[in-house]
Amino acid sequence: MTHSSILLAVEALEQSFGGVMALAGVSFQTPENLIYAIIGPNGAGKTTLFNVLCGFYQPTAGHLRFDGQELRGLPSHRIAALGIARTFQNLQLFFNMTVLENVMVGCHLRGRTSLLAAALRLPKVRHEERRLRQWAGEALELCELSSHAERSAGALPYGLMKRVEIARALAAKPRLLLLDEPAAGLNDTETMALRDLLSRIRAAGVTILLVEHHMPLVMSVSDRLLVLDYGSVLAEGAPAEIQANPRVIAAYLGGAVQYAI
Amino acid sequence: MLEQIFQFLVTGVTVGSIYALVGLGFALIYNASDVVNFAQGEFVMLGAMNAIALLAAGLPLPLAAIAAVLLTALVGLLLERLAIEPAKGASVITTIIITIGAAIFLRGVASLLWGKNSLPLPAFSGDEPIQLGGATLLPQSLWVLGGTIVLVALVHAFFNRTLLGKALLACSFNRTAAQLVGINVQVMLRLAYGLSAGLGAIAGILVAPITFSSYEAGIMLGLKGFSAAIVGGIGNPMGAVAGGLLLGMLEALGAGLISSGYKDAIAFIFVLMVLFFEPTGLFGHKAAERV
Amino acid sequence: MRLTGFFIFAASVALLPVLFPDNYFVTVVGIAAGLHVILAVGLNLLIGYAGQISLGHAAFFGMGAYASAILTTRFDWPGLLAMLVGLLVTGTIAWLLAQPILRLRGHYLAMATLGFGVIVHVILVQATHWTGGPDGLGEIPALSLLGWIVDDDQRWYGVIAAAMLLSIWLSLNLVDSRIGRALRAVRGSEFAAEMMGIDATRAKTQIFVVSALFAAFAGSLFAHQQAFISPDSFSLMISVELVTMVVLGGIASTFGAACGAIALTLLHESLVVFEDYELLIHGALLMAVMIFLPQGLFVGLTQGVRRRWISRIASRQDMKGERNSTVQQ
Repeated sequence: MTHSSILLAVEALEQSFGGVMALAGVSFQTPENLIYAIIGPNGAGKTTLFNVLCGFYQPTAGHLRFDGQELRGLPSHRIAALGIARTFQNLQLFFNMTVLENVMVGCHLRGRTSLLAAALRLPKVRHEERRLRQWAGEALELCELSSHAERSAGALPYGLMKRVEIARALAAKPRLLLLDEPAAGLNDTETMALRDLLSRIRAAGVTILLVEHHMPLVMSVSDRLLVLDYGSVLAEGAPAEIQANPRVIAAYLGGAVQYAI
Repeated sequence: MLEQIFQFLVTGVTVGSIYALVGLGFALIYNASDVVNFAQGEFVMLGAMNAIALLAAGLPLPLAAIAAVLLTALVGLLLERLAIEPAKGASVITTIIITIGAAIFLRGVASLLWGKNSLPLPAFSGDEPIQLGGATLLPQSLWVLGGTIVLVALVHAFFNRTLLGKALLACSFNRTAAQLVGINVQVMLRLAYGLSAGLGAIAGILVAPITFSSYEAGIMLGLKGFSAAIVGGIGNPMGAVAGGLLLGMLEALGAGLISSGYKDAIAFIFVLMVLFFEPTGLFGHKAAERV
Repeated sequence: MRLTGFFIFAASVALLPVLFPDNYFVTVVGIAAGLHVILAVGLNLLIGYAGQISLGHAAFFGMGAYASAILTTRFDWPGLLAMLVGLLVTGTIAWLLAQPILRLRGHYLAMATLGFGVIVHVILVQATHWTGGPDGLGEIPALSLLGWIVDDDQRWYGVIAAAMLLSIWLSLNLVDSRIGRALRAVRGSEFAAEMMGIDATRAKTQIFVVSALFAAFAGSLFAHQQAFISPDSFSLMISVELVTMVVLGGIASTFGAACGAIALTLLHESLVVFEDYELLIHGALLMAVMIFLPQGLFVGLTQGVRRRWISRIASRQDMKGERNSTVQQ
C-alpha cells in the first residue's frame, strides 16, 4: 500500500475559536484506497477536523489539499463536488423524505437536470431519474438497506438511520468518505456488520477517513491511524505501532488501547 | 427648516414611543415562549376600544382606563390558554398562523361590539397645544412620552430586578431547565401574555386621543411594533424600544420631508436596509434567533 | 402511477361545468379558486419545500397584474406579450431581492418579506400616474389567445382551469425531481444538503423566483379576467391569506396547497352570507384548524389513512428483512 498516491494532505492546520485552539498545527497524509482512522479523546479536535475538511469552518491557518487541489476557501458544495462525502456524528438525515429519496439526494452531483427541464419533465429527465434511482438502489444494496427503501427515514431505528447516512454518502460515488463515529450507539451485531461494510466500501475503491471511539473496530479495520490529543497529533502509524506507542497508552490511561489488544 | 425638522422629530418621538411599547410587548412574549404574537396590535386596539366603550358607559376616564387594561390583559391570558397552549410544539409557521387567526378573530369581535367607525377618546388633559422651542406639541404627546418612560423603566426593572422577571427569562433560555429548577413554565407563559396584552392596552389608551381608534387600528400598529422588535433584535426588550423610537422618527422625517403618502414604505425600506446589513437586527445577538 | 391524483383532479375540474352549467359556484367562484390555486401552489414550493416563509407574496401577484394592466391599457400591447414582460420583470425583481433576503432566517425573513409586500402596496397606492392610485386601473382589455377572445365566464373557467392544471403539473414535476429533492434536503438540513453538493443559496434563490413567477402569472390572468384592478387585491391581508391557504391545506404537498386555496375561497364565498360575522368565523376557523390539524386539512386527513397503510407494508418488510439476515448468518 505504501506505493499508492496521497489523496488527502493536511498541512499545519490550525483552527481557533476565539482563542481556543481546537486544532493546533495538525499535519497528516492519507494515501488512496485505505481506511485511515482518526482517534483521540473527546474534545481532541476530530469532528472539528471534519468540519474544516468539508468547508463548514474556515481554518485559521494551514492547508488542505485533496488530490493536489487546495480546499481552503471553497464552499461545502464545491468540496463535495470534488469527491468528498461525509456522515454526521449527530444524524443529519432528511426526515421529511423516504430512505430512497435520502439516498437519491446523495446522488445529486451525479445528475444534471436543471430546474426548467425538471418542471417540464422532459424525456431526458425521466431517463436520468431512472439512473439516479438505480444508483441509489446500488448504494442501498451495498449497505443492505434495499428492503427499507420506501420507508420514511424518520421512522427507522437508530442503527438503520446511521446506515442510511453511509448509503447516502456513498451514492455520491465519492473518492474520499468521511465517517464521523459510525459505530456510536450500535450494538455488537451491528458493529460487526459495520466492519464488513467498511471493508466492502474500501474494496470498492473508496478511501475512508474514520473518526471512531470503538477501539476493537478501529484496530481491526483500519490500515493507518492518526491519534489526536488537544488539537495536536500525538502519533501516526499502523495499528500495531499505535498500540505499542507509550505516549498513546499514557493518553488513554492505558485503558482502551490495551483492551483493544 | 431646522424648526420644521425639530417639529418632525417631536412628532416622531411620540409615534415612536407607541411603536416602542408595542415592540416591547412582542419582545416580552418572544422572550418567554419564542413565539411572535401577531395579535399584539389587536391588544393595542382592544385597550383603546375598551376604554372608549367603558367611558361611554359612564365610568370616569381613569377608572375606564384601568378596567380596559385589566380586561385586555385577561384577553391576552385567555389567548395563551385557549390557542397557544393547545398548539404546544407546533412549528414557527403554524404558530404565526394561529396568532394571525387570533388577530382576525379579535378584529371580528371588535367590529361586532363597536361597529366599523373610528371612535375618539378624549385627551387626558385638554387639547391646548404647547409651544416647545418652535415646535407645537399636544398635551397628550406628553402623556405618551411620560407613559412610555415609566413603562419601559418598569419592564426593565421587572426583568433585571425581580425574581418573577428572571424566571420569565429563564423560560426562554431553556424551558426544561426552568421547569427543573421549579419554575412553573405554564403559569409564566400565561403571565407573559397577560403582561404583554396589558402593555399593549396601555399603549392603545395613551395614543387613542391623538389617532382615534377602530377595529382595524391594530393592524398597522402591530406591524410597526413588530418592525421595532425586529430592528432592535427580537428578544431584546430595550432593543425594541430603541427600534421603535428610531422607526417613529425616521417615519416622521420621511413623511415631512419626502412624502406623507410614502411614510409606511419609508419605514419598511429602513427595516429592510437594517436587515440586509444586520440580519439579526441592530442590537440582536448573533445567536438570538432560535428558529 | 405518479400522476394519478393529477388526472383525477383534472377530470373533476373538466366535469364540473358540464354537470353544473351556469352554476355561479362553478364558474365565478371556480375562477377565483383557480387563481388562488396557482398562487398557493407556487408559494408552497417556497414555504413547503424550501422552508422559507414569505409574507409578501401578494406583491408579486400585484406586479404581474399591474404589468399586464399598464402595458395593455396605456401602451396597447397585446395581452400575451404584456404577460410575458410582466413575468420577466417580476422574475428579475424577485431574483435581485432573493440575494439579500434569503440570508435571513425565521422571523427576520418573515419581517423582511412582509416589509417588501407593504412597500410594493404603498407604491401601488401612491404612484397614481402609473397605477391609478387607490381608484385602480380599469378597462383592461379581454385576453386574446391567438385570436380567440376570452370574454365570458365559461371561457375564463376554461383558461384558468388550464393554467391551474399547468401550474399543478409543473409543481408536481419539480417536487419529484433532482431539484425538488435538493430543496427538501435544504429544508431538512442546509448543512447536510451542502455536503451532498447542493448549492443551498442557489436552490433557494431559484425557487423564490419560480414562486414569484407563479404569482405574477396568476396576477396577469387576474387583471384580464377582472378587467379592473386596485391595490386592495394585493395588500398585506392577501399575502397572509396566501400563506394561510398553503398551511391550511397542508404544507409541502401540492394538492394540499390546492385544497387549501379552494377551501379558503369557498369559505370566503360562504361567509359573505354572515356579513358581520365573517372576520370572527374566519379567525376562529384558522385557529381551530392550526391547533387541531397542524399538518393542514388535506395532509392531516389523508395522513391517517396513509400512515396505517405504510406501517402495514413496513412491518411486512421488516419481517422479510429479518428473515433475510437470519439466512445470511
